[in-house]
Amino acid sequence: MDNVIEIRGLTKDYETGFLFKKKIRALDDLTLNVKGGQIFGFLGGNGAGKTTTIKTLMRLQFPTAGSAKILGRDIGDIDLHRSIGYCPENPYFYDYLSAVELMDYFGRLFGYDQAARTQKTTELLDAVGLEEKDRKKQLRKYSKGMLQRVGLAQALINGPEVVFLDEPMSGLDPVGRREIRELIASLRDKGVTVFMSTHILSDIEALCDEVAILRNGKLAANGNLGELLSQNEGSRTLEVRVQGVVADAIRDKIEFIAGAAMKSTPDGANINILDEADIDAVLHVTREAGGRLISVQPVKQSLEELFVKETE
Amino acid sequence: MSAEKVGPPSRILTIALNAFREAVRDRILYNLILFVLLITGSAIFLGELTAGQESRVIVNLGLSAILIFGTFISIFVGVSLVWKEIEKRTVYSIFSKPVGRGEFIVGKYLGLCLTLLVNVSVMGAGVSLALLYVGGGELVSAIWPAIFLIYLELTIITAVAITFSSFSTPALSALLTFFVFVIGHFSSSLRDLASDMASTTAKALFDGVYYLLPNFAHFTFVTETANGIMPDGRFIGMAVIYALAFDAVLLAIAVLVFSRRNFK
Repeated sequence: MDNVIEIRGLTKDYETGFLFKKKIRALDDLTLNVKGGQIFGFLGGNGAGKTTTIKTLMRLQFPTAGSAKILGRDIGDIDLHRSIGYCPENPYFYDYLSAVELMDYFGRLFGYDQAARTQKTTELLDAVGLEEKDRKKQLRKYSKGMLQRVGLAQALINGPEVVFLDEPMSGLDPVGRREIRELIASLRDKGVTVFMSTHILSDIEALCDEVAILRNGKLAANGNLGELLSQNEGSRTLEVRVQGVVADAIRDKIEFIAGAAMKSTPDGANINILDEADIDAVLHVTREAGGRLISVQPVKQSLEELFVKETE
Repeated sequence: MSAEKVGPPSRILTIALNAFREAVRDRILYNLILFVLLITGSAIFLGELTAGQESRVIVNLGLSAILIFGTFISIFVGVSLVWKEIEKRTVYSIFSKPVGRGEFIVGKYLGLCLTLLVNVSVMGAGVSLALLYVGGGELVSAIWPAIFLIYLELTIITAVAITFSSFSTPALSALLTFFVFVIGHFSSSLRDLASDMASTTAKALFDGVYYLLPNFAHFTFVTETANGIMPDGRFIGMAVIYALAFDAVLLAIAVLVFSRRNFK
């Protein structure tokens, strides 16, 4: 699959202060490719540059240096916006409009006729789970979660090929999150590329094919999620769970094994070892002390560990 | 279900109609109630105070009120028109659609001009009814060209407000626009004053103000209208050209500034 998003050396400086202006680099020489038809997770701590990147791609801000293309077209090309969608973080809309009126307004900007606008509005508000009774209320009466749903619906009004979602799960309750997760997964099934920034790592793990992690405006890691998580395979550990032993009674013998570490549990101990060959030694010590083996399993690096490692 | 590829005029119209809807829902047109009360009160009570002069007083009062109310809307709605969209971040979802920044500014401007058109039209109808009530029916046809001229002036004040607000805060923009309104009504007098001055610097300064800022004398026809005099076609034609030229230049500046703006 070809790259649908190509970012080359994107840099963004902000000026702060009044008399003595100071430059702050929010985005530093970011180069990134995103292949089509996937859900791409864009991660990073607060202030890492995620929203700055998305805003620059949406031409809400102008880059200090660098360039970017979406679907092979420069981001400054207005016509490109016929083929993309965007749901901003904490979306704000005209609060004097209802959800139906807002969708109709945006539909008009794309040139849809009345029948198409009505059909799309109904389909999309159904898809994001906005209840029928709420659709004609003014948006100023909406909760954060309801606005988030409208934000997603309006991002899809033009049937985009690429959609940018900035914290799409923000403000949603667990049921809402699951519904929106299913909606995002269904977009991928239809061939839509989803570029999603979020802090909710479980959503990334559940949805994303590839991820990029930003740290202080720079790209810290990028690649297939599974591959990134298994990159630390060499230092992966095995966890041996044993019961019927007092941890302190076997601590000296266990810690004699190279690289082994032990944590006591209410009914035994969890012993981490680096080498499979040490399992026998651990079992021997455990049985001598009257204990028994419960399980042996590899300890996988979690996305949270990867995130913490790459963003610290 | 593919979208018909619409051009800038269609998108500008969509934005303008939505800006008009915003003004209506934000109760901007409620000022009409105050205006109706003012004109009705005048029609009833002025007759007793100004024997035989009711029609003239109603024209003077009514047209001046149309200008003042309209200026108030132009300045205070105009300066917040774009600023509010940036502050409330509603521009984020607009510019993710195929909408140019220039289209947005022009659309918002035309939306406010449409609001002002409805406003001055309803007010004009109110003045006409008040004239009919006091028996000044012969002045009804005379007031409409003057109201049209006031409307042209309001389109310039709105363009000034939007231009200032494209690079300044609403409070400062309102103040600067008010200065332009005041100076614009006295710029001919300033030029006359300059011609009598010995200092070439002062003369150049007042001449600069005269040519740089709009001269609203081109739109002032209230006193003549009260005496039943109507502006001729040439006067109106020149006023239209003058207003369109100022509107175009001011909007071009606003678009230029707004197009370079980063939304944080």
